[in-house]
Amino acid sequence: MQAPPDTGGSARGDFGPPQGEPIKAELASPPQVPPPVHRKAPAKVIVELEVREVERPIAEGVTYTFWTFGGTVPGSFIRVRQGDTVEFHLRNHPTSKMPHNIDLHGVTGPGGGAASSFTAPGHESIFTFKALNQGLYVYHCATAPVGMHVANGMYGLILIEPPEGLAPVDREFYVMQGDFYTVGKYREKGPQPFDMQKAIDENPTYVLFNGAEGALTGDHALQAKVGEKVRLYVGNGGPNLVSSFHLIGEIFDKVRYEGGTHSQENVQTTLIPAGGAMIAEFHTEVPGTYVLVDHSIFRAFNKGAIGLLKIDGPENKAIYSGKEVDNVYLGDAAVSAQPVAAAAQAAAAGTLTREQQVAAGRTLFNGTCSVCHQDNGEGLPNVFPPLAKSDFLLADRARAIATVLNGRSGPITVNGNTFNSVMPPMSQLNDDEIANILTYVLNSWGNNGGQVTAAEVAQVRKATPRPEGAAH
Amino acid sequence: MTARPNSPSAARRWLKGSAARATGLALLTALAMGASYAGAPDERTVQIEGGAWRSVLPTGTARDSVTVKPYRLDRRPVTNAEFLAFTRAHPEWRKGHVPVALADVGYLRHWAGPLELGRAALPDQPVTSVSWFGARAYCEARGARLPDWYEWELAAAASETQRDARDSSDWQQRVLSWYSRPSNAPLPAVAAEKPNIYGVHDLQGLVWEWVEDFNALMIGADSREQGDPDLLKFCGSGALSIQDRENYAVAMRVAFLSSLQAHDTTINLGFRCATN
Repeated sequence: MQAPPDTGGSARGDFGPPQGEPIKAELASPPQVPPPVHRKAPAKVIVELEVREVERPIAEGVTYTFWTFGGTVPGSFIRVRQGDTVEFHLRNHPTSKMPHNIDLHGVTGPGGGAASSFTAPGHESIFTFKALNQGLYVYHCATAPVGMHVANGMYGLILIEPPEGLAPVDREFYVMQGDFYTVGKYREKGPQPFDMQKAIDENPTYVLFNGAEGALTGDHALQAKVGEKVRLYVGNGGPNLVSSFHLIGEIFDKVRYEGGTHSQENVQTTLIPAGGAMIAEFHTEVPGTYVLVDHSIFRAFNKGAIGLLKIDGPENKAIYSGKEVDNVYLGDAAVSAQPVAAAAQAAAAGTLTREQQVAAGRTLFNGTCSVCHQDNGEGLPNVFPPLAKSDFLLADRARAIATVLNGRSGPITVNGNTFNSVMPPMSQLNDDEIANILTYVLNSWGNNGGQVTAAEVAQVRKATPRPEGAAH
Repeated sequence: MTARPNSPSAARRWLKGSAARATGLALLTALAMGASYAGAPDERTVQIEGGAWRSVLPTGTARDSVTVKPYRLDRRPVTNAEFLAFTRAHPEWRKGHVPVALADVGYLRHWAGPLELGRAALPDQPVTSVSWFGARAYCEARGARLPDWYEWELAAAASETQRDARDSSDWQQRVLSWYSRPSNAPLPAVAAEKPNIYGVHDLQGLVWEWVEDFNALMIGADSREQGDPDLLKFCGSGALSIQDRENYAVAMRVAFLSSLQAHDTTINLGFRCATN
């Protein structure tokens, strides 16, 4: 591999005075990115950015007062061309409590513009800089206490395109990670104030993409199609944590690490420093849901650092088959899987009997359930509830099905005894398997018989959607 | 520390004339208006003993405290009603009559008219959207002055039970949580909350307040090392010039004041007066 030529940095970034009429920059709110510049000469570009202090959800049922550039976290995405002269207007909304300013890491000059943009509520500051270095840069508020302004969401990205622009792609997205510090615990409901001590201790309550749990999931998931080239502009606002950015199920074909000029290829996980950024590119081949995480993985599953990328299009079994076989692996307790296969065949043929279900269910139960509930269905006193003659189990079939599917936690009373334990969701089992297990349970250990069908399980599964990405 | 009004010279001349007029009128006005905006000194203000004070600002000397002389401070911020009475007596400070060098276009923006409060400015609410020049003229007309930073900081460090509560996490969290709420709701009336141990209301949690020497807060203790007057405006150097680096709550007020010019107004910035 040959290294790309040296760009020459700022010493070779001045392409002369701006030409033509001033242009008003088109800004974009995350996860959108403004269109490419497509300009051959340096111009004067006017950027107007408004600071607003807004209270909005940080997680479901939890609100937080964010300080924002442009009303969003992260702030509006700014896109200019190397050599452009940028006239920057920073406006601080009259309802702001605080003065604010902006330090753009793409600015050459003391404070990155901070001293020139210090703006009281209800006022505007203007300063001008020439974008001498190409690259992807973080901007942030630098008003004392800087950490608090950043922790409240005051950061965003400015892309300074190389003079020839970036190679065209099919999709571009804007994602930024940040850590948040609230007085209440993770997902504790209600308005949550900023907790300075947690911030000093670098012990965040939330680690988030785009400023809220769910900002990039559900209806807000990023969308692409099979066969497309996707480019992610990813920044890390901090204030404290370094991100181990990873996209589950994809490999980045190319990463312009640290937002600079050179790139690494074939990258699984890339570090993004606090106050840094990177550009990742990849090509999509297989449809499905891909998960953006900070691979410091407790942050992803316990503090909110999850986003989704949904790729639509035709399956490509030659590259990825999807699940072909889901065999029970019994290890030392190997029992013939024959009854399971027989039941599956009979179910497909529409000739499944209760006896076949019980036989298959026994095998599956011994592989999956008996560890806790025991071979004899008696459970363990005070730890795992019994299934044998269990009033809780027999009272509600739909609840029994839902319990297998979704798990259960918290106190329950079974046959007069209280249990307070956790059962993990068993949603990896298919409808036939769950029906067979429950039919076996209903016909064992003195229980009163009965038969659960795959159709019943399917109905319950449909009625209780699980959060996307949760099965990972 | 001394104030550095930064207005153009023309504006300064105007102010000088205005101040002279205001001072000349002060006695007459105080007699004529009585309690309507001047108030009897004892009800209106409270005596604070001062003494050695550990400010968050650097002292510029080897000592870590400064000496604050005894002073009297208003128990509560100046209200819309009081400022209206002042503008009645001082037409040059009426909304729409003040040169922009002395008050920006937002001056008394929430008032209905030059001599009319209207629905957005209730009589008992603290007056806001007043420039430093305007606040100063009001206090002068009352025979008083704006408190300086040390006086304000000393009184505002108190809680209901302690003279210096700055190290208490309750006090800090209360101040910080007010900072974190945008100013998009109507202001409460003055003195709605309990007074602090000195008997002073609303130093925290109602409005920002002007101080006489707001414009000097940026001067570093050692001009050889910290000669940049913009120290607090960006990054760590600001934090370094504050003595008590963990006391963000007070540092943020300094940051706010340092973002202002003397003619600026904001919708959450009011004032109170002091005397010697």
